[in-house]
Amino acid sequence: MRARDLKREGTMTQPRRETLPLKTSNDVVFARQKVRQWAIELHFGLVDQTKLVTAASELARNALDHGKGGQMVIEQVTNGARAGLKLIFEDQGPGIPNIEMALKDGYSTGTGMGLGLGGSKRLVNEFSVESTPGKGTRVTVVRWK
Amino acid sequence: MERIPVLRMGSLLLITIQVDMHDKLAMQLQDDVTQRISDWGSTGVLIDISSLEIVDSFIGRMLANIAGMSRVLGAETVVVGMQPAVAITLVELGMSLPGVRTALSVEAGMELLYGAGAGFKTGRDDDPAEA
Repeated sequence: MRARDLKREGTMTQPRRETLPLKTSNDVVFARQKVRQWAIELHFGLVDQTKLVTAASELARNALDHGKGGQMVIEQVTNGARAGLKLIFEDQGPGIPNIEMALKDGYSTGTGMGLGLGGSKRLVNEFSVESTPGKGTRVTVVRWK
Repeated sequence: MERIPVLRMGSLLLITIQVDMHDKLAMQLQDDVTQRISDWGSTGVLIDISSLEIVDSFIGRMLANIAGMSRVLGAETVVVGMQPAVAITLVELGMSLPGVRTALSVEAGMELLYGAGAGFKTGRDDDPAEA
């Protein structure tokens, strides 16, 4: 339906945006399938698709495991003639006290390998983290085609 | 309950991951493989991931865990069939799967396991690859 709308309207119409919940580990699977689907529709190359979907998987799991669940917003963005996908991961968890530290490889508070944040940063073109201790965390990433 | 099948072939275990795994399914597989090695005395584990479109740090860790646990139980693990885009992404993510043996195809993986002495226990004692 959406794909058809997109084709009919062209890519220069109002930006597409969708919000998905991240409450269970199945939601993480659904979120990465959604990112894949959008990346395919925007004609991302296979490696670019794989990088963005992998980053989405890491960040969605972070929101679930460390942020006690949240949501992912997926948005189509343009910069001149360039198309891209922006993903925003929001949670209302405990927040990250030291973002610089959290971005280092090997830093982990959970049972993971500590590659989640720093690793996903390398898989995208733009990356920003806003976090307020006690309030939650928002991670925004963009990958350009 | 949803499960990834673990097949037995002689002294090997064969696993083909064909679904987009959620985390619980990955944990279940880890438990199943170790249990089967213990039940059947398997000496080799071959995991085919050619259908996986991504391997993130969680799945990567699961593969490394399976390899580590299997080794402690006396079995070698080979992960086969990783797609090139997955390999590129995984290394950029910061995971090069240390301690996990890999091969391009099921066939090459089998050869590695036979070479490691994990083949059929009978009839392969004269295998030159084992010498």
